[in-house]
Amino acid sequence: MIVAGCDVGSLTTKAVILNQKSILGHAIVNSTFRPEESAREVMEKALAASGLSIGDIKFCVGTGYGRDRVPFVGKVVSEIACHAKGAHWLLPSVRTVIDIGGQDCKAIKVDARGNVVKFFTNDKCAAGTGRFLEVMAKLMGLSLDELGRLSNQAGEALQLASTCTVWAQAEVVHHLNAKKSKADIAASVNRAMAGRVAILARSVGTEKDVCMTGGVAKNMGVISSLEKLLGVNIRRLRQDPQIIGALGAAVFARERMEGASR
Amino acid sequence: MITAGCDVGSLSAKAVILENGQILASNVIFARPEPEDSARDAMGGALASAGLTMGDISCCMGTGYGRNSIPFARAVESEIACHGRGAQWLLPRVRMVIDIGGQDAKAIRLDAQGNVIRYAYNDKCASGTGRFLEIMAGALGVPLEDMGGISLSSGNPVTISNQCVVFAETEIISLINDGRALPDIVAGLHRAMAHRVASLARGIELDREITMTGGVAKNTGMFAALQEALGVRLTALEVDPQIIGALGAAVMARDLSAGAGQGNHGAL
Repeated sequence: MIVAGCDVGSLTTKAVILNQKSILGHAIVNSTFRPEESAREVMEKALAASGLSIGDIKFCVGTGYGRDRVPFVGKVVSEIACHAKGAHWLLPSVRTVIDIGGQDCKAIKVDARGNVVKFFTNDKCAAGTGRFLEVMAKLMGLSLDELGRLSNQAGEALQLASTCTVWAQAEVVHHLNAKKSKADIAASVNRAMAGRVAILARSVGTEKDVCMTGGVAKNMGVISSLEKLLGVNIRRLRQDPQIIGALGAAVFARERMEGASR
Repeated sequence: MITAGCDVGSLSAKAVILENGQILASNVIFARPEPEDSARDAMGGALASAGLTMGDISCCMGTGYGRNSIPFARAVESEIACHGRGAQWLLPRVRMVIDIGGQDAKAIRLDAQGNVIRYAYNDKCASGTGRFLEIMAGALGVPLEDMGGISLSSGNPVTISNQCVVFAETEIISLINDGRALPDIVAGLHRAMAHRVASLARGIELDREITMTGGVAKNTGMFAALQEALGVRLTALEVDPQIIGALGAAVMARDLSAGAGQGNHGAL
């Protein structure tokens, strides 16, 4: 039985195709302002990667901020439940999922079956969301990947005193004007980001195992700063952390089909 | 006796020269990278327009975020104290001052002598400070000083749902794309900002006789929106609201120089 999950986020749209045992294919595209178009595009790509057609998909679950506008889904589930489910499917020992998206951040406590116990979310303030890193990367003339990688080369420990993205931008400009190295500035940005996320993570408690999902989980600078701040090892997932929401949606789709056939 | 006040802020620097209960001159400049240069330029301009030199000033008080870098200041005072004192000197009945600067917002409650009783301020989050309007004006491609006038012709202000400056900027871009009228967007921004500042002020309880100081008070749309958000009529100042901190500093310089604790408007 083949099922799919589609996660329509604010910045990217993701699709995962799943059979009983494994991921057959996945795809990521940039979101357009028409969620239905983004969903169709990403699903076509994921199907092509799996050598399948839409007729092969028995059931599809939608999630993400544009989930109500996906034409081919049979059911929608919240991103929080999907991230928990997806992370748990890959790593059954996971109890805390930290998901950092383009415009929000969530800390989710998960039970042994991958169900959500409690969660905290920030979507009010850009600090501590992917948007913070995006703004800073643009300001520094770096890609998001470069911003993450540069942390490794940092020497001098610079501080960003401001939480607010707007004020922190002024601090980064100040460091750039003072000819501080981009690696040191990048590290300060990643550390500041981790500082905000840590506050949210501590509020749900950081029961082991801890993992990170969402695009920001590709940023090694943020991960290592967060590990230091929380005093825990953050387990790496064996899939692209950006597709975990879509994966969880696909797992929900499969559970739904199994429930229906029973 | 001639005294002066110099207020070196984050975005602008202001100087006021005071003699016998009269403002002889005032000057506002854009801040320069070094606060010391900002102070010299602001004061130099005020002295030139009063036809005076530094030697004529008996005492100068510094205030503002760069107050410790003003070479010619004999003493310094906090902006909060200076805004309170300056507003009360102009309007003796005033008991509350709402000051919105380029990078902060303050609500200050005063006693009858202009002393600060309580205050609340925000400089942690750009939302609810002058920076919010500055960034939005930039996103709309409108000069900041035109925002007030533009908002007055709004019939149906938009609701801005995001508080965060970064998210609100994205939100107004989509409002523009949706074809919403510019005056409605600007008026909606003023409302959103007024709402933020009003909650700051309510945190220390409103008093009768409220006035607004700082550069943002020049924005007529913002002034009206704040009145609406507070549900109270604000008393407008008759001088440039941007110079009130420097004015308060000049009044305090006079008190300091005269060795008197107090001294009201026109008393000397």
